[in-house]
Amino acid sequence: MTLPLDADPKLAQYAHPQRLVTTQWLADHLGEPGLVVVESDEDVLLYDSGHIPGAVKVDWHADLNDPVARDYVDGQRFAQVMGERGITRDTTIVVYGDKSNWWAAYALWVFSLFGHDDVRLLDGGRAKWVAEGRELTREAPSVQPVEYPVVQRHDAEIRAFKDDVLVHIGKPMVDVRSPGEYSGELLHMPDYPQEGAMRGGHIPGARSVPWSRAAAEDATFKPRAELEAIYLQEKGLSPQDDVIAYCRIGERSSHTWFVLTHLLGFPTVRNYDGSWTEWGNSVRVPIETGPDS
Amino acid sequence: MSPEAVLDDLPPALAELVEDFNAVSAKERLQLLLELSDELPALPERFAGGLADMEQVHECQSPLFLAVEVSEGVVHVFFDAPPESPTTRGFAGILHTGLDGLSPSEVLAVPDDAPYRFGLGEAVSPLRLRGMLAMLARIKRQVRERVSP
Repeated sequence: MTLPLDADPKLAQYAHPQRLVTTQWLADHLGEPGLVVVESDEDVLLYDSGHIPGAVKVDWHADLNDPVARDYVDGQRFAQVMGERGITRDTTIVVYGDKSNWWAAYALWVFSLFGHDDVRLLDGGRAKWVAEGRELTREAPSVQPVEYPVVQRHDAEIRAFKDDVLVHIGKPMVDVRSPGEYSGELLHMPDYPQEGAMRGGHIPGARSVPWSRAAAEDATFKPRAELEAIYLQEKGLSPQDDVIAYCRIGERSSHTWFVLTHLLGFPTVRNYDGSWTEWGNSVRVPIETGPDS
Repeated sequence: MSPEAVLDDLPPALAELVEDFNAVSAKERLQLLLELSDELPALPERFAGGLADMEQVHECQSPLFLAVEVSEGVVHVFFDAPPESPTTRGFAGILHTGLDGLSPSEVLAVPDDAPYRFGLGEAVSPLRLRGMLAMLARIKRQVRERVSP
């Protein structure tokens, strides 16, 4: 029971156009059986302050992270999170959120760890939906809980751990944090709380491409040619490369993972979710400081 | 009530909020926070265009500005945060409801860990709570500056 693809010409230029929908497509298909819209935000209350009609909320912290270990939820808990929201294994999921979809991309990446087949991002996220004056509601959706199978999480393909990164040094890596975090001047995002890294800088050899460079003013993804100008021409990446992306806890780099994997069609991209909060606290791992050359 | 919900060292309005939050489930606490976000008073006219004169709370995840005035022995607190940041607005709403109208010494006597007593750690995440700790610390510092000769 998969919904039709969005045939919008802007999306058609990307490597995997089936991973995106436009706001117009979503407005046209809202309420259709087989579709569940998921909002995933940085601000834990934003959904409750008004959301796309019928959308359900998935909080990265409460729903996707294991409450004890620093890891994602297991298959059992994931099945519960999905089933409670009326999502079956065949459901078409459209995810959207605040901050140019960075948390939405994170949710999509976690859904991909569990191999959910049809999960798409709303191009432009919450900001574009709101800017177009489309409807938001505080009305809680009436959801019929369903059975989602307990599936194994498959980390190997799209998730990198610290040991993977250690042997990856010398191969392409993208640091998607702000320039100040990359150079080592800052231990956290500008205007954000300090989240505890003992050391500043970046993983040796990583190139600096702040995640937001892939987003246009209206929070949509930039056209393919502009993305290629940044990642291929300017930073010298090639689609055949084995690439690891990282940030601070793996959320912003999910956005870049999405860009490289689904918009530019790189087949081998992993997100290092331990990111700087692990690397910058680890004993005797190599660190480089200073700006990108 | 959770063990950390101590009330006897809090001013009455703040103690009442702590009680309200702890009387309901984690999910309902978010609704209370949303109500406080909705009810956060708009900035008075005289601050219009004057964010530069207010203090930015960098520890918050989203832009929040605050100002403190002390007139005739009464503290007034003012906040500005965008509607896309309801959690931050909710924290501001807690502090506005709990502190506005108190005397400087009452504000200064509020324990620094008061933001932990609302049972929000589970619902909101401890990290996000740091924004409220920082707001309280900055309010107290401003009150101290206003009342010191």
